[in-house]
Amino acid sequence: MALDFSQIIPALPGLADGMLLTLKLLVMAVLGGVVLGTLLALARLSDNVLLSRLAKWYVNYFRSIPLLLVISWFYLVVPMVLSWITGDLTPVGAFTSCLVAFVMFEAAYFSEIVRAGIQSISRGQINAAYALGMSYGQAMRLVILPQAFRKMMPLLLQQSIILFQDTSLVYAVGLMDFLNTARSKGDVVGLPHEFLLFAGAVYFVISFGASQWVKRLQKRFAV
Amino acid sequence: MSAMISINNVSKWYGDFQVLTDCTTGVKKGEVVVVCGPSGSGKSTLIKCVNALEPFQKGEIIVDGIAVGDPKTDLPKLRSRVGMVFQHFELFPHLSITENLAIAQVKVLGRSQDEAREKGLKLLDRVGLKAHAHKFPGQLSGGQQQRVAIARALAMDPIAMLFDEPTSALDPEMINEVLDVMTELAQEGMTMMCVTHEMGFARRVAHRVIFMDKGAIVEDCDKDAFFGDINARSERARQFLSKILQH
Repeated sequence: MALDFSQIIPALPGLADGMLLTLKLLVMAVLGGVVLGTLLALARLSDNVLLSRLAKWYVNYFRSIPLLLVISWFYLVVPMVLSWITGDLTPVGAFTSCLVAFVMFEAAYFSEIVRAGIQSISRGQINAAYALGMSYGQAMRLVILPQAFRKMMPLLLQQSIILFQDTSLVYAVGLMDFLNTARSKGDVVGLPHEFLLFAGAVYFVISFGASQWVKRLQKRFAV
Repeated sequence: MSAMISINNVSKWYGDFQVLTDCTTGVKKGEVVVVCGPSGSGKSTLIKCVNALEPFQKGEIIVDGIAVGDPKTDLPKLRSRVGMVFQHFELFPHLSITENLAIAQVKVLGRSQDEAREKGLKLLDRVGLKAHAHKFPGQLSGGQQQRVAIARALAMDPIAMLFDEPTSALDPEMINEVLDVMTELAQEGMTMMCVTHEMGFARRVAHRVIFMDKGAIVEDCDKDAFFGDINARSERARQFLSKILQH
């Protein structure tokens, strides 16, 4: 069987749109996931037993179920919940449902990275912040988290690269991300192998390139 | 002289283990008190109780009329008025020296950036490090970092200063530059409570010396009495002094 890659060129604008959706989902999910993950990490480390236990349950729960299930489930549930909250019955799109699913799922993973980052900062640093009259919030925001994030950056980026690949699971709810676009365009022109090979090459180049870049970054930070 | 810090019958436990036993002492305004004793004697724990970095279960500590152990006490406010210097300096490594000096002035005291920067530079000049203002803590020697840490605490205009073994993490040749700054501070009338093994500093600068052992205050007396009549001291203090004064 001879492979014919020529049909990919006219499909490039459409594939670019798909990639744009993938990247948009990725960036928003990472930002949301890191924010929620940081709050979970702070809850987990707090002296409040209830708060700490709730955060622990949350993390353990989301780390114990498949991402595909979360995406499918949120696709059904998020529109319902949102219409209860807003009283508005206009359905939300698959993109919003997927974004909520990714943020909540990834927050569980990010929170473990953030927790380790916070714990890697010596107790003396928070004591010094307290001794200068800072509140808990100020000490975290101004002293502990900036140092923790600097240390965690490589791990957060590695987790984001995994998330980049995992965004392809949105095909389950029909969202036209890069992979889903490539698949459907390949089917339309009758060249599914070529389009999937091309999509695989693009995922590989981006993920591997980013991963190498993170490794270099890690070496520089390690000094 | 009125009591700036008064410590009354303070006891503290870690689980079943008692680390402080009925400690009672005080520091008057303008007084310099040195706390010494073997490691594990509770001296660092006691000084950390003064600004509530360590909680205690029994007794009371009053700083400038405010009860530290009272749950209603605004601890951040109290701590912002008491300077503290740590064994490992604890400068913030992600901030420049200038920012280290300014951050609490701006965020805690509400001073303007310019005011805080100017105050910081003045204090940096005082500890002889003005030329290093733009550097980061990791670029300075231990002695220099500790002098910056003292300047950072002074920038808050503290009513008293707590020193928790400020020279024990330093190379020998850097100890004096830090002790010189502390001596100058003492001569200007700063109220100081210093946990240190530097007996030369205690002899020259302190008004009173406290000796602790196994979580209790064993000796609490005038500097001249402490160093003068060694035979009047407790057995434990004599042992400690004979070891430490040989060098």
